[in-house]
Order: sequence, then structure tokens, then C-alpha cells
Amino acid sequence: MDRVPLERKVLSENDRIAAELRARFQEHGVLCLNIISSPGSGKTTLLERTLAALTQRDRVAVLTGDIQTENDANRLKRFHFPVKQITTGGTCHLDARMIERHLADWKLEDLDLLFIENVGNLVCPSSYDLGEAAKVVVLSVTEGEDKPLKYPSIFFKSDLLILSKIDLLPYVPFEINAAAENARKVHPGMEIVKVSCQTGDGLQEWMNWLGERRKAHKALMETASR
Amino acid sequence: MHEMGIANSVLDAVRTEMKRYPQSYPCKIGVRIGEMAAIDPEALRFCFEAMIHETDLASLELAIEICPRRHRCSGCGHEFVVRAYDSRCPQCASLATICVGGDELELAYLEVEEYGSSTVGAKSTE
Repeated sequence: MDRVPLERKVLSENDRIAAELRARFQEHGVLCLNIISSPGSGKTTLLERTLAALTQRDRVAVLTGDIQTENDANRLKRFHFPVKQITTGGTCHLDARMIERHLADWKLEDLDLLFIENVGNLVCPSSYDLGEAAKVVVLSVTEGEDKPLKYPSIFFKSDLLILSKIDLLPYVPFEINAAAENARKVHPGMEIVKVSCQTGDGLQEWMNWLGERRKAHKALMETASR
Repeated sequence: MHEMGIANSVLDAVRTEMKRYPQSYPCKIGVRIGEMAAIDPEALRFCFEAMIHETDLASLELAIEICPRRHRCSGCGHEFVVRAYDSRCPQCASLATICVGGDELELAYLEVEEYGSSTVGAKSTE
């Protein structure tokens, strides 16, 4: 009996493609964000409000993933930015190859910002690197404040937590401070933004976070190209 | 529930690796799974066994090592296992600690056996 050391990632093929995507995003100065949540937490609505607040000079595009239907792409196309639906046909997450394939006829040099809206799922998307600069996790107040403890992986791996639907706080038994505390137990120092896409509360804070990220990404690009 | 895809990736890796050992067959594949990796070991085992059932890899054993979340203190350098999400350094109480383990999803090793060498438990691939 011989024991052969392997010492590599199980998803090394996905990670290889993700690394290629990341290098291409870097080469063209594209900030790519991977947005993850359970179904119905408000990812698409958040993106609608975000696209509405951006201008054509912002050079943004969206890839949106679902198991079936073009519904989300149709909602997001109204803002006249490039939008493409990825229908996985049953797969519960996006993987790097799907991103590579759906980016094939877009010119990355024409983009500064790429949003990837993952399939609604707090578990599986956390295992698949898509070449993004950061993951953003959305948790709505109609869910439980213990979700960060129940699904630690995604809260651990995301740079930002968006607590959504805060206009519903008077009607639901959601302890928003407990939710934030739980998220920071899993991910000490995690950045948190509280938003309502209905009233617009907190959206400016999210846009500021995005602006800061874009600035930092640009500065990084300039240092790298020097 | 993406353990089926993970099991498939593990088996792909075994088949690729075995091309280097044409005189042998695989007995055991060792994987490391971090407790923060969002993988259910039992679901992975179930999928793995369903996928090898009645194939040439039917006798392949899956060995899973669970890796706890580990942090290293940026202050004193102490490395420790994080329990109940308490990531404070147990030695100097600093909160400035960084994660150094716990999201593993790795292939650790493959055990192979030469055809014809009679080891107890080894089955023929016919």
C-alpha cells in the first residue's frame, strides 16, 4: 500500500478558472462583487435601487443567477446597463465556469463594476469562488437573527453584511442588534449596513461603501500597473 | 446541497491521479473539510457512495478529516482552536486574531495498492 500526498483543493478546477477571472478583472480594473443571500432577501431589489442610483458613466454590468426564469434579468434590464441571466437549470449556486461563459461576449475594458447576483442560497455559493473582489451577504429582517450562527461560512467569507427590509422592523420580532452581534461573532469586525429599499433608508450608506471599494480597487490597480 | 458536485470533483481527482499508477488501484481517498466550509460530511459520504456504487471504484474508501476553525493572535502569535465563535486570544485576550484554518475543502492523500498484491479487504475491480 502506498500513500500519495495530494495536497490540493477539491474544487481546484473551479479555483483555477476563478483565478483567471480575477486576473482579467484586475487587468481591466473591474470591481466584481458576488452578492449572496437566501431566496427572497431582496438581492434583486437592492440591485434595482443601486442601478437606479448609478449613471451610464459608471460602466456597470450585472450577471444574475437563478435556477429558472429570466425574471430578474428582465427587472434589471430596465436600467439600460448590460444584464445577463444565468439559468442554472437546477444547480443551487453559480460556479466560475458559468461566469466565464456568460462574460464571453462582453468587453471587460468597457466595465468598471460587475455585480454577480448568486442563486438564492446561503450554503452552497460560499464554496465557489467566482473571481470576485468581495462577497456581500444580504439578510432580511423577516429571517432569524441567528442566521449568521446557523450558516457561518457565508458570513465568515463576506466582507459586508446588508441587513435589508428594515422598514418592516416594527412588525417583526427581529432583534437587529443581536443579528449584528451574531454576524460579528462569526466574523469579527464585519462591516454592516442597514437598508430599506422601500423607504431608501441606508441606501446612501451602501452606495458610500461601494464608492469606497471602487476607489480602493482603482488605487490598487494604479499601484499594480506602475 | 452541493455535496454531489463535491463528490464528483473528488472522484474526478482520483481518476486523474490514477493515470499515474496504471499498475495499481485506489483504496482510500483522504479529504480535509473545515467546519466553516459549508460541507455536510454525512451528505458528502452519502453522495460519494451513491456515485461509486457498482462502478470500478466501488471499493474506494472515503476518509474525512474535520478541521476546526483556528486563529492566530496578531499580538502574541499564539495559535488556537476557536470554540463557540470566541475568537479572542486565550493567552493575551487580544481581539486582533486572524483565521488560519477552518475553511478547508482539500484532497489530502490517496492510498493505492498494486494489482495482485494480496491485501485483506482489497477487492478486484472486475
